[in-house]
Formats: sequence, C-alpha cells, structure tokens
Amino acid sequence: MLRYTLHRLLQMIPTLIGVAVLVFFMLRVIPGDVVEVKLRGDGGTVSQEVIEQERKRLGLDKPLIYQFADYMYGLATLDLGISMWTERPVTEEISLRLEISLQVAIMATIFAVMLAIPLGTTAALMRGTWVDYVVRIVTIGGLSIPSFWFGMLIMMGLLYFWNWLPPITFTPIYVDPVANLTQLIWPAMAVGYRYCAVVARMIRSSLLEVLNEDYIRTARAKGVFEKVVISRHALRNALLPAITVIGMEFAFLIGGLVVTEQVFNLNGIGKLFVQSVARSDFTLIQGMVMMLAVFYVFVNLVVDLLYAVFDPRIRYG
Amino acid sequence: MTAITAPAPSAAARPRGAVLDFAAQQPLGAVSFVIILLMTFAGIFSEWVAPYDPLHIDFAGILQPPSWEHWGGTDAYGRDIFSRIIYGARTALVISLTSSFVGSTIGAVLGIASAYFGGWIDDWIQRLMDILLAFPIIVLALVVVAALKSVILFGIDINLIIAIAIPIVPRVCRVVRAAAFSVRVMPYVDAARAAGYSDSRIIFRHMAPNVVAPYLIMFTAFMAQAILLEASLSFLGLGVTEPTAAWGLMLSGNAADFYREAPWMILFPGLAISLAVFAFNLFGDSLRDYLDPRFKV
Repeated sequence: MLRYTLHRLLQMIPTLIGVAVLVFFMLRVIPGDVVEVKLRGDGGTVSQEVIEQERKRLGLDKPLIYQFADYMYGLATLDLGISMWTERPVTEEISLRLEISLQVAIMATIFAVMLAIPLGTTAALMRGTWVDYVVRIVTIGGLSIPSFWFGMLIMMGLLYFWNWLPPITFTPIYVDPVANLTQLIWPAMAVGYRYCAVVARMIRSSLLEVLNEDYIRTARAKGVFEKVVISRHALRNALLPAITVIGMEFAFLIGGLVVTEQVFNLNGIGKLFVQSVARSDFTLIQGMVMMLAVFYVFVNLVVDLLYAVFDPRIRYG
Repeated sequence: MTAITAPAPSAAARPRGAVLDFAAQQPLGAVSFVIILLMTFAGIFSEWVAPYDPLHIDFAGILQPPSWEHWGGTDAYGRDIFSRIIYGARTALVISLTSSFVGSTIGAVLGIASAYFGGWIDDWIQRLMDILLAFPIIVLALVVVAALKSVILFGIDINLIIAIAIPIVPRVCRVVRAAAFSVRVMPYVDAARAAGYSDSRIIFRHMAPNVVAPYLIMFTAFMAQAILLEASLSFLGLGVTEPTAAWGLMLSGNAADFYREAPWMILFPGLAISLAVFAFNLFGDSLRDYLDPRFKV
C-alpha cells in the first residue's frame, strides 16, 4: 500500500508539470496582457512608453523562455509568484478565499450524499415503476438546471416568501455558526442539487448491477431478510463506484463554484478566478489552476486508496 | 441490403422504422426529441417566430409583466423577453452545435488513433488527455477564454466555441478509445492491414463507422454540456457579448436587481436553458439505452 501510494505520488509529477506547461503557454499564445487591461481598461489613452515601463516592472518584457524558467523554478520551490494585478503573493490571495469555497463544497457534498443514497436506492429497488421515473426526471433535472439559475431561484424564493436575503458578509463558522450557515447553506444547496443527481444516478445503476450478482442470489436463497440483503450485501458494494463519483465531483466542485459564487456574491475561489480571467492576471490564473489540479490528483489518489479500504478484494501491491 | 433479403428487416435497416422503434422503446426520448425539434425550428426561423425585434429598445415599456402583447414580459430596456429567448435559441444552438461537433470529432479521432496505433502514441495522447482532465470543464474553458480574448468571425464568437470544444475533447477521447479497442481486434481490421491499406484509411473507413454509437451518444450528451457552458460563460460576462440575445446573458448584469420587481426576467431565460439542456440530456440518455443494449437494465 505504501509503495503503491509513493508510486502514485511520483506519477502525479508529470501530469502536474504538464498542466503547468500547458497553462503557461496557452495564456501567452495570443498577445495582450494584464498591463493593457489595467492601463487601457477604461478606454483611456496611455502612451506606449508607460505600458513598456509597466511591463518591465512586472517582468513581462523578458523573453518567454526566461519567464517560463522563472515560473517553473517558483513552482518547484512552491512559490506561485505575485499577482500581476493586486501585486500580492498568489498564495495569499488564494488562501484568503479558500476557506469559504471549501466550506460550501463540503456542505454541498454532505447535502448531496445524504439525499442521493435514498434516492438512488429507491429508484433501483422500484425499477420501472413511476417512482423510478420520478427519480429519473428529478436527477436529469439536476443535471440540466444550471446551478447559478437554481441559486437565483433560491434567492427569489427567500425574498418572496420571507422577505429576507442571506447576509453578504462572510462570518467564519468558528466565530458565529448561525450567521455562517444562514449565508452558506443556500449556495451549498444550489450546487448540491447537480451533485446529488450525479451521485444518485450512479448509485441506481451500480445497485442494479450488483443486484444481479451471484452472492445476492445466494444471500436470498439462504433466507437472509431482504432488508439485510439490500443494506449489507448490495448497497455496500454498490456504493464503491459512487465513491469515485463523489470524489471527482468534490474535486471539481471548487472549480464549479465559479458561477454560483457570483450569484451569491461570495468572495471565494470561483469569484477570484473569474476576476483574474477578466483582468488577464496570468500569475493568479496559473496559481489557481495549479491548486485545482493538485487538488484533483490528490482526490483521485484518495479515492483509489479508499477503494482498498472499503473493498477487501482490492489490494495494491 | 439486408432489408431486401432478410425476412424480418431489422429496425436499423429502415430509417423510418428506426425512428418509430426508438419512440416506442424510449417515450421520454421521443418527448425530448420533439423539444429539440421545436428549439431548432425556433432557432432557424427566429425572424418569423419571434413577435418582436429582440434588440428593439423601448423605454416607454420597461419591466412589463407577461401579457398577451409580451408573453415573457419585457426587460429593463423594454426589450421583449420572449423574442430574446427565441433568438437566444439560435445563439445557443449555433455555439453548442459547432463546439460539441468540433470537440467530439477531434476527441473521437484521437481516441481511435490512440487505440489503433497503441504504444508510445497511445501513451502520449492519453497523457495529454490526463492533463486536460485535471481541470473542471468550466475552469479549462475560462483559461481558454483568458488566452484567446475575443475573436469574432461572421458574428460568431469563435473564442467561445474553442473554449467549449477543448474540455469536450479528452472526455470523448477516453470513451471512444475504449470502444475502439474492441474494434481494433476485429478480424476485418487485421484484414484491412493485411491488404496494405493506409493507417488513415483504416482509421476513417474501417474503425470510425464502428464507433459511431458511442460518438453519437457523447455528441448529444455534450450538446447539453455545451449549452450549459455557453450560458454560464455568458452569465459571467465572458461569453457572448451584448447586445446579442443569449440566455445566459439575459440572466447576467442587472437582472439580479429585479428579483422582486421583475421575476420574469430571471424565470424565463433560466427555464429555456434548463429545458434545452434537459432535452439533450434525456435524448442522449435514451439514445444510449437504445443504441447500446449492454446498458439496458
């Protein structure tokens, strides 16, 4: 297991280097950078000289290869550089906003999994009946309704029925749990619906597959109560593939908050990302992409290791 | 050919029979297909379907609630929301159709090539796909948007199409590669190689036709994703540019200031997005059940 983990950790390195290289060069294919957005943003006329000066100050005048080497050296020493717009360290900008996004993502996961397990299980057990159809429509709805629009509907509903909108300023959960939850539960629901739909569909299809297995027939034949067959024998195995989906969706949720945070005016990772794209803040974009990619490969690894924990048949040599 | 000689012609051999067969087996799929047809009709014939000019500003009639004159009400500029939704269907279809087609096709070709050549080519293609898969779809699309800036040709946002197509490539590539692997070991592929056909001929003439089913399924499924993505990017102000009528754009900007005064400004465009994505998702789902009996439960 340890050897496997180490091996996997080593395997991550080329992928992450690939991500770094790809993003770096992609952003620089087409001319135009933060300086132009910053100085010419409001349509003002700025002399070429001033622009050149600013470029020089930010190190954008150096040859691309030199910039690239600089960037890769920074990555190797875990230094993500300085935001080209705010001129504060990228790590600082990210860590300021990570807490809020992470909390929403965790809350959404809890919400989604708690709802998805009963939904997926009932749909599978009542396959072909109207219940199955309703679950199918509800889950496809979850895949179809944009989370940002769902968020807007939630806000409209709150305003319409209670004449109340969630607080705009963020309070950490350890300061005031009530204020914190009343603000963040709504975005968590908005992104959680889709999440829940994905997981419920996975549970349904994998449970249906498991129910055809020999060991289920054996369990039934030896007279195990149907309830026990489902909960102990079938569901346990059916949840394994769901773990993958839960993990992947969780890893991507941080990125998926991009749009929803806008609706709820949350100052999280997603909002920062959109801002940095609009401002052509290359260093910040690179830093955030690297963070998301690292997060993704780690969640991937954790999922694979969890498999071994939950399924004794899987052993990594 | 089989339809003439075989006593009971298979559904797939007769196109009309296939449609009816599909509708009978997949009623939900048939419903979604009708929605897609309606949307396509609205998109193609927007000029005739829409009651008003979607760009016509009327400051005398702003924020009007839905009525017989304005089915969807009017927005903060007095523009007719129903007409904007009709024209928005065109925007959504043009962008999602092209991006999903480009993305799925490149993905499929890479997937087949990957399976056909194997070895180091397969390794490199898959490694590149792994890199692209490490991004959430929207994040990758946003990076492309940041890189390309705005490129508009013939009134179409080319940068947006590329941004939506790129995240589709690795996802289709993986699925098609898996399917192509099972095709690769077929005797007719060996025969084609023995006959000395070129690699590209084998890939396009012998293998591609046999992975059409997963390709079509992925293509439809990603139509839904593409519509969603286009709406999201436009909502963020990084997609379609004003004043073009686009569903995501209708929800962005000051629309949120009118939660109370003009809920229809939020309600209808969102419904349009959801319905379109819903239809493509459901259609893709039904298509999968219909084309790939292995998934049938």
